[in-house]
Amino acid sequence: MAIFVDKNTRVVVQGITGRDGSFHTQQMLNAGTKVVAGVTPGKGGTEVFGVPVFESVADAVAKTKANTSIIFVPPAYAIDAIYEAAEGGIKLIICITEGLPTIDMVKVYHYLKAKGVRLIGPNCPGIISPEQSKVGILPSQIFKKGPIGVISRSGTLTYEIVYNLTNKGLGQSTCIGIGGDPIIGTNFIDCLEAFENDPQTKGIVLIGEIGGSDEEMAAEFIKKNLTKPVVGFIAGRTAPPGKRMGHAGAIISGSSGLAEDKIKALNAVGIPVAEIPSKIADLMAEKLAEFSKKTAKRAPKQSPKKKAPKKAIKKAMPKKAIKKATKKSTARKKK
Amino acid sequence: MKIHEYQAKEIFAKFGMPVPKGEVVMAPEEARNVAIRYGKPVMVKAQVHVGGRGKAGGIKFCKDPDEAFLNAQEVLGMDIKGLTVKKILVTEAVDIKSEAYVGIITDRLTKKNVFMVSPAGGIDIEQVARETPDKIMKCGVDPIYGLRPFEALKLARFIYPDIKIARQAVDIIMKLYNVFLGVDASLAEINPLVLDGNGMLVALDAKINLDDNGLFRHPELEKMRDLDAEEPAEIEAKKADLSFVKLNGNIGCIVNGAGLAMATMDLVKYFGGEPANFLDIGGSSNPEKVTAAMRIILNDPNVGVILFNIFGGITRCDDVANGIVQAVEKLNPRVPIVVRLTGTNEDKAKEILDKYNFPSTNSMEEVVKMAIKEVA
Repeated sequence: MAIFVDKNTRVVVQGITGRDGSFHTQQMLNAGTKVVAGVTPGKGGTEVFGVPVFESVADAVAKTKANTSIIFVPPAYAIDAIYEAAEGGIKLIICITEGLPTIDMVKVYHYLKAKGVRLIGPNCPGIISPEQSKVGILPSQIFKKGPIGVISRSGTLTYEIVYNLTNKGLGQSTCIGIGGDPIIGTNFIDCLEAFENDPQTKGIVLIGEIGGSDEEMAAEFIKKNLTKPVVGFIAGRTAPPGKRMGHAGAIISGSSGLAEDKIKALNAVGIPVAEIPSKIADLMAEKLAEFSKKTAKRAPKQSPKKKAPKKAIKKAMPKKAIKKATKKSTARKKK
Repeated sequence: MKIHEYQAKEIFAKFGMPVPKGEVVMAPEEARNVAIRYGKPVMVKAQVHVGGRGKAGGIKFCKDPDEAFLNAQEVLGMDIKGLTVKKILVTEAVDIKSEAYVGIITDRLTKKNVFMVSPAGGIDIEQVARETPDKIMKCGVDPIYGLRPFEALKLARFIYPDIKIARQAVDIIMKLYNVFLGVDASLAEINPLVLDGNGMLVALDAKINLDDNGLFRHPELEKMRDLDAEEPAEIEAKKADLSFVKLNGNIGCIVNGAGLAMATMDLVKYFGGEPANFLDIGGSSNPEKVTAAMRIILNDPNVGVILFNIFGGITRCDDVANGIVQAVEKLNPRVPIVVRLTGTNEDKAKEILDKYNFPSTNSMEEVVKMAIKEVA
């Protein structure tokens, strides 16, 4: 199991013939993702790394049963690309493109909601369920299959934290970058809910940053709805107010959006917030141990696998096996 | 992007909203001339990108042209919250019967554009929200159908029980919504909206923040950018397609990714250092960007060390290493460089940087500690 993307994910790449689109198509194929189609108007009938290119998303869906799209088209066309994907029958859209106008995003958000289509992003690194599917630009070599769900508003900071988790033996069920814009399709709460319902996920890392109040809302939600342990990190403790820190959404305006308030809100519902990235893995390991003790008390007959997820996963997935599995699936793709 | 009051009023006027007559000037003599031409009392208003101009003494009433001259002389060159006043707006004074607040902003929570109105205008709306929340009415606009007149009337009636005045307010509220969409704003506000002695409503102040992501479809608005009001280094960074914010410390940071860049600043502070900047070189590993980044940071005389924190994912470490080498050869930096390169092609990167003997590590914490040691 995992959330949002798994072995059944069939990807169509919108903007596949562009520089980024073609590069990441190859990267996704190497990671074992089922990339089944690409779309670039005017280039239908061609191929990119063996992936057939179509004139429209509807065409691609009809011919390849694609169910997920990833968008690499430039910002001026990305909004339309989202509409096209949704109208074409896609149920999960991942928009990597950054710089989408906010007033358009407001419309798209409500349109997709009414249509029952999930959007991840825009301005995000995408999503990966290690050893199953990667739909995004995340560097797959740092990820490892395991019990931790990771949700983040940023890209490279997520890699930094995942790298630490992996090095300390904590693999991941799914890692999802929700994006750094003010209006995004999928927020912390959507992911938390999905992770809570995902049997593979035993613990959750939530990586927030300054701006907005999504972290505060997440804290509220966790208090009411989550049983699994959560560990947090908030970037931008030292950011000055009124300045946009790279992401359009990362700005402290007036008295809201401060890192301090977010940390307080999370702490208030029992979520430890790591002061520095490297401490996240330790906090998670502690929380998992605590949690398994608690559940062991409640249900003494629990399997040893659940008590010690770290060991169990290492055993179940030796490094060589991971490499083999990835190689095999890549080889299959290339045929 | 922020624009000035006089620019926001130009936009308001273009959309048919009532604003007082006014002209922007840069010299006291010009202020006097405007006052003479108007033949009545005027206000001089500092044009800087901060709130609280009135409290800081940047807005003054002038009963005659001579006073306009003197007040303009005083306000021009004034320092308001660290910004020097270079332009003032001279505008006809209005007889104020009441002051209200009308604003629209994109609400991240409900994912809608939300109108806020209050009969308590003229003061900071956040203060009103804090102290007397019952004096604010909000209305989320349906993004598909837009703002409907009956909704505007409900908002207008909340401020002005008198239907005649409320009708005027409806017109202004509907037009403000058009402004908001028409210029890709992230905020548009009238504070205060004033009822004058003749029973007419007029936008005494105007504020518009533009959504940077929407600017590509408004080249005419890009021209409103006031380069004087922005940090020169930030303008240079923007030209090089870098995301940069100047801070006051001495550790120059070059990082890939906004989140990691913020976390790097935080870590510098955590270990007792002071970051000189926020700088995100983005996902590309273009050597020119690295050179531009280094040049911008070296221009800051406070900087005593340059810290590279690169997590190579899609960005390849060897590309960044090549960039560092090119930048060092071009700029011959006066300060030490410490490097953290982890991820894709980090071994190749190490080979490239080997002969330069930069202190290097593959840990983010270590590189921060190394940088702090260099400036200790």
